[in-house]
Amino acid sequence: MVKFDTIRETTREPARAPDLQTTSLPVKVQVERFSFYYGAVRVLHEITLSFPRNQVTALIGPSGCGKTTLLRAINRMNDLIPDTRAEGRILLDGENIYDPQVDVVRLRRRVGMVFQRSNPFPKTIFENVAYGLRVNGLVRNRRELQERVEESLRQAALWDEVKDRLHESALALSGGQQQRLCIARALAVRPEVLLLDEPASALDPIATEKIEELIAELKRHYTIIIVTHNMQQAARVSDYTAFLWMGHLVEFNQTEKLFTVPREKLTEDYLTGRFG
Amino acid sequence: MREGRDAREERRRRWIDRWAHRVIFLLSLTAIVTIVLIFIFIFREALPILTDPEIQREASLRHFFHPMEGPDLASRYMWQPVALVPKYSLIPLILGTLKTTLVALGIAAPLAVAAALYTSEFAPSRIRELIKPAIELLAGIPSVVLGFFALIVLATWMHRLFGFETRLNAITAGTALALALIPIIYTVSEDALNAVPQSLREASLALGATRWQTATRVVLPAALPGVFASLVLGFGRAVGETMIVLMASGNAAITSWRFTDSVRTLAATIAAELGEVVFGSPHYHVLFFIGALLFVVTFAVNSAGVYIIHRVQRRLRGEV
Repeated sequence: MVKFDTIRETTREPARAPDLQTTSLPVKVQVERFSFYYGAVRVLHEITLSFPRNQVTALIGPSGCGKTTLLRAINRMNDLIPDTRAEGRILLDGENIYDPQVDVVRLRRRVGMVFQRSNPFPKTIFENVAYGLRVNGLVRNRRELQERVEESLRQAALWDEVKDRLHESALALSGGQQQRLCIARALAVRPEVLLLDEPASALDPIATEKIEELIAELKRHYTIIIVTHNMQQAARVSDYTAFLWMGHLVEFNQTEKLFTVPREKLTEDYLTGRFG
Repeated sequence: MREGRDAREERRRRWIDRWAHRVIFLLSLTAIVTIVLIFIFIFREALPILTDPEIQREASLRHFFHPMEGPDLASRYMWQPVALVPKYSLIPLILGTLKTTLVALGIAAPLAVAAALYTSEFAPSRIRELIKPAIELLAGIPSVVLGFFALIVLATWMHRLFGFETRLNAITAGTALALALIPIIYTVSEDALNAVPQSLREASLALGATRWQTATRVVLPAALPGVFASLVLGFGRAVGETMIVLMASGNAAITSWRFTDSVRTLAATIAAELGEVVFGSPHYHVLFFIGALLFVVTFAVNSAGVYIIHRVQRRLRGEV
């Protein structure tokens, strides 16, 4: 509670969720008074936030602010960490994903994820992309499988680079190619939401640029939520930005507005590099 | 003055360092030399089988592997080293070793690998912390105790359960042997499964795979080199293990394909007969030849295992 008082002092007025009505965008993921605990430590404090459909929303904030935890809450990846607890609701198309009846496996098919460090399976390039299709039984025959793999690799802008060596190990690819392969793998099961956890943090500038172009391309079909602590990247790729600080949502707005005329002093301080 | 003292100190330190180096080198050399000398001794004692015509008249490679005159399989290949006319066919011993090893691996491998998969992928941490030490404790049981248990308890149970013709046979011995293999295969497999990066599990689950699919299609294949290594180690132990099979196999060198017959293994033969053999006799040299054979087989299997593991690992890393 001490922490919360600090934030009040610095921000002059209480943090609030923006009014999405003004943008008239349909909401894909709605976070409502969501809190998260590692053991007794509360790392997210009653976050309320709407992620608009077919838009790119960036989560920014200093290390340890809870942005990755929030991201991983949306496909319930945090369930894997023992001794954690969630409070509040996260609605996907109006349905609470923390409802006990929810099938987590099905949820994760609808909400795909790309991780900070590329993590291709030690299988061939083809098998990496085919994996999600196989385990979910999404294709009926070999031809359909091949079509979906090609389609996914094209979407991830990787097809031309790998089409002649689909049956070689994915681990022989470069770092940037591996990360795009992971995106292709996530796209193959045709998720509705795509979670990206600092997808370019381990990549060189050219590979990063490719990933960013890709994100802009993908938002036509997917709702994208991206965690980054690179503020230029957030400004470049996202339509909306949420700024988190010590587990609190400080400000959420259209990226352009948040970066040019931040409402909160804390946001301004962070953006101008006074901390973080 | 000061510089002189520093230089002397420096020299003294270097002198200590050099001698410490030599002493440690010598100590480690002792271990290697001992092993090499054991090998030389065994192979030297086995050599007359191949070179000494006096010995070869009674025991040679031809006697070991070539069939004799006889109406059936069992009488064509016989191990009767102390008969009036000694018979030295190694076929029943090799067959016996293979049969017990096959039974033991057939039981231990699926059980131990499945247990490893369970504790590393599915078990809640409380259960894992119960199962893991319990299985590892099994490795600490002396094999003579396992043999005794097999001889007195297990053989009776299995005899009643399956109605074997002979109480002690390849299946009973192999089952007892499996108890010795399970901790080896389990421990090495579990380590290999745990070494699979968590990021691969997350990647699989994030794609909508179930835990079972993740375990069998991602984790297990990624850990395959280690699991394979555990099986190779288990094989080596099964071939070399002496006390359990000596007590639980019936020790009858019968040449047959039936697993319900009593068997005698290579290792058990050495243990049972070397204590009473006439020094320098053909029989004596044959036993050393068996020892050399066991050494060569386990060495070859281990080397092949290491080679295959390296190849699989390189393929997984994408270097082929």
